[in-house]
Amino acid sequence: MQQKKLTLIRQPLGDRVLDVFFYTIMGLLAVVCAYPIWYVLVASISDSAYVNSGALILLPRGVHYEGYKYILKDASLWQGYLNTIIYVVGGTVFGLAVTLPAGYALSRKDFPGRGIFTFYLVFTMYFSGGLIPTYLVVRSLGLINTRLVLILLGSVSVYNMILVRTFFSSTIPEELREAAFVDGCTNTRFFLQFVLPLSKAIIAVIGMYLAVGHWNSYYNAMIYCMDRKLQPLQLYLRQLLFTNVDIDTGLDQELMAKQAQIVSVIKYAVIVVATLPILCIYPFLQKYFVQGVMIGSLKG
Amino acid sequence: MEEWTKTAARRKKRALVRKTAWQNRALYGMILPALIYVGIFHYAPMYGVQIAFKNFTLGKGILGSPWAGWKWFDYFFSSPKFQTVVVNTISISLYSLLVGFPMPILLALMMHNVAGRKFVRTVQTITYMPHFISVVVLVGMMSCFFSINSGFINTMIEAFGGSRKYFMGEPKYFLHLYVWSGVWQGVGWGSILYMAALTGVSPELHEAAMIDGASKIKRIWHIEIPALVPTIVIMLIMNVGSIMSVGFDKVYLMQNSLNISVSETISTYNYKMGLEGTKYSFSAAIGLFNNVINFALLSIVNFLAKRISGSSLW
Repeated sequence: MQQKKLTLIRQPLGDRVLDVFFYTIMGLLAVVCAYPIWYVLVASISDSAYVNSGALILLPRGVHYEGYKYILKDASLWQGYLNTIIYVVGGTVFGLAVTLPAGYALSRKDFPGRGIFTFYLVFTMYFSGGLIPTYLVVRSLGLINTRLVLILLGSVSVYNMILVRTFFSSTIPEELREAAFVDGCTNTRFFLQFVLPLSKAIIAVIGMYLAVGHWNSYYNAMIYCMDRKLQPLQLYLRQLLFTNVDIDTGLDQELMAKQAQIVSVIKYAVIVVATLPILCIYPFLQKYFVQGVMIGSLKG
Repeated sequence: MEEWTKTAARRKKRALVRKTAWQNRALYGMILPALIYVGIFHYAPMYGVQIAFKNFTLGKGILGSPWAGWKWFDYFFSSPKFQTVVVNTISISLYSLLVGFPMPILLALMMHNVAGRKFVRTVQTITYMPHFISVVVLVGMMSCFFSINSGFINTMIEAFGGSRKYFMGEPKYFLHLYVWSGVWQGVGWGSILYMAALTGVSPELHEAAMIDGASKIKRIWHIEIPALVPTIVIMLIMNVGSIMSVGFDKVYLMQNSLNISVSETISTYNYKMGLEGTKYSFSAAIGLFNNVINFALLSIVNFLAKRISGSSLW
C-alpha cells in the first residue's frame, strides 16, 4: 500500500517534468520557425537605416512602405506574377487530368495489364535519363522557351499517381462498382459520376501539391525557359535577391544613391510579395496537406 | 482428346482475356495519357543516355554521332574535380541525414505526448509553414539575415561580444547553413508522417502500461518507438538511397566563388558542364554515373532492411 502510494506520487512528477521539458522545446521550436518569417515582414515595412544597421529585432521601426512602392512599380514583377499564375493553373489542371484517371485505372484490381503498367511507371521513380538527355528531348520537341514546357514539366509525377491509386483502392468500395455495373454503368461514367465526387480530398491534396510546386519552382524555368517575358516569379526573385537591384530609375544620381540604400528593404518587400499568398492560404488547407502525407504513408 | 481440350481451354482463355480487355478499354484510355507522358519525358531521355558513350554533337544527333566508348567516364574519374564533387555531395547528404533525420521523429514524439491539443495544433501550424517557402526565398532570406553588414545575426553576435562573420562566403559555414536551414524548413513537415504512425498505436497499450506503473519516458521507449520502426526504416532506406543525389536547387543558389570548394556537388557540376559548357556527352556520363550509383545504393539498403527488419520498399 505504502509503496503503491509512493509510486502514484512519484511517477506523475517525473512525467510532469517531462511535460514541462516537451512544452519548452516545442515552444522554442515554434519561435525559431516563426521568427525569420516575422522578421521579413517587419523589415519590409521598416526604415532602411534600421534594417541596414541590423538594429531591428522584434517590431518595425520608422514604418514606411518605400520597398513596396519600388517593387510594385516594376513591370517585371507583374509579368512574373502573371506568368507564375499561368503555370500554376495550367500545370495543376494538366497534372490532375493525367494523374487522376491513371491512378484510378491502376487502382482497379481487375484491370488487365495493371502489373506491367505499374512497373513501367514506377521504374521511372528509381531511374532517370538525367539532365542533358531530358534537355535534348525537350529541345527536339521544340519546347525550349515556350510556356508549354513549364506547364508540362513537373505536373505529372508517378508518386502522385501511386498516392491516388492508394486513395481509390482504400476508399471506393468494390461493392459500389459492382452495383453500378449491374445497373449498366460504364467505366467512364462510373469514374466521372461516382469516383470523382467521392474523392474531393485527394483531388485537393494533389491539386495543392502541384500548385505549390509550380509556384515555388525555378529550376525548370532556368533550364528550359530563359526568355525574360516568360519567366516565372521565382526567377525574377532570384535576379532581385542575388544580384544588385537594377530597377530602371533613369540616370538620376540622387535616386540611385537612395536606391542603393534601400536595397535590403526592397529585398524583404519582394519576399513578402512572393510568399504571402501561399502562407495566407496554407493554414486553411493544412488538413488536406496533412491528409496527403498520411495517404502517402499507407502501403497500397 | 486431351490435346483438344487443352487447345480449346487455351483458346477460351485467350478469348476471355480479349473480352475483358475490350470491356476495360475505357481504363486503357484513362491510363494512356500517363503512359505517353512518362514515355516522352522519362523513357525517351533514358534512350538518349547513350550519348554518354558517344561524341555527341547537336548537328549529328543521337544516332549519327560516333561512339566514344568509356572516354567520358575516364575523363570524369581522372579529373581532379571528381573527388571534390563526390566528397562534397556525400558530406552534404550525410550531415543532412544525421541531423535532419532524427529531428522530425523527436518532434512527433513530443507532440504526441503532451495533453494541450490547442498548443500542439498551433505548434504544427507554425512549424509546417517554412515548408511552403521556396528555395529562392529561403536562400534569399539567409543571405539577408547572415549578411556581414546588415544581417541581424551578425548584430546579435556583436552584441554578445563576438566579431562579425562572413557566413555566406566562408567555406566552413556552408555545410552548417545548408543543413540547418534544411532542418528549419523540414522538421515540422517531416513529423507529420510519424504523427500518423503514432495515432495508429492502440490506446489500450498505453493504459495497460500505465496501470503497471510505466512512466511516460518508458512508454515512449517501449511502446511508441517500436511502433515507429517500420516508418523509420522506410524513410531511412529512401534517405540512404539518395545519398549521392543532393538536390540541385538549394546548393546552386547558395553557391558563390568563395565557397565553391565545398559547395560544388555532382548535380551542380553536371549542370555547369552540360548546359553552361555544352559538353553534352560528358554531362550525360556524369548523370549516368550518378544514377547507377543511386540505384545500386537503394537496392543494397533495401535488401539489408528487408533482411534485418522485414520492412522494405519493394
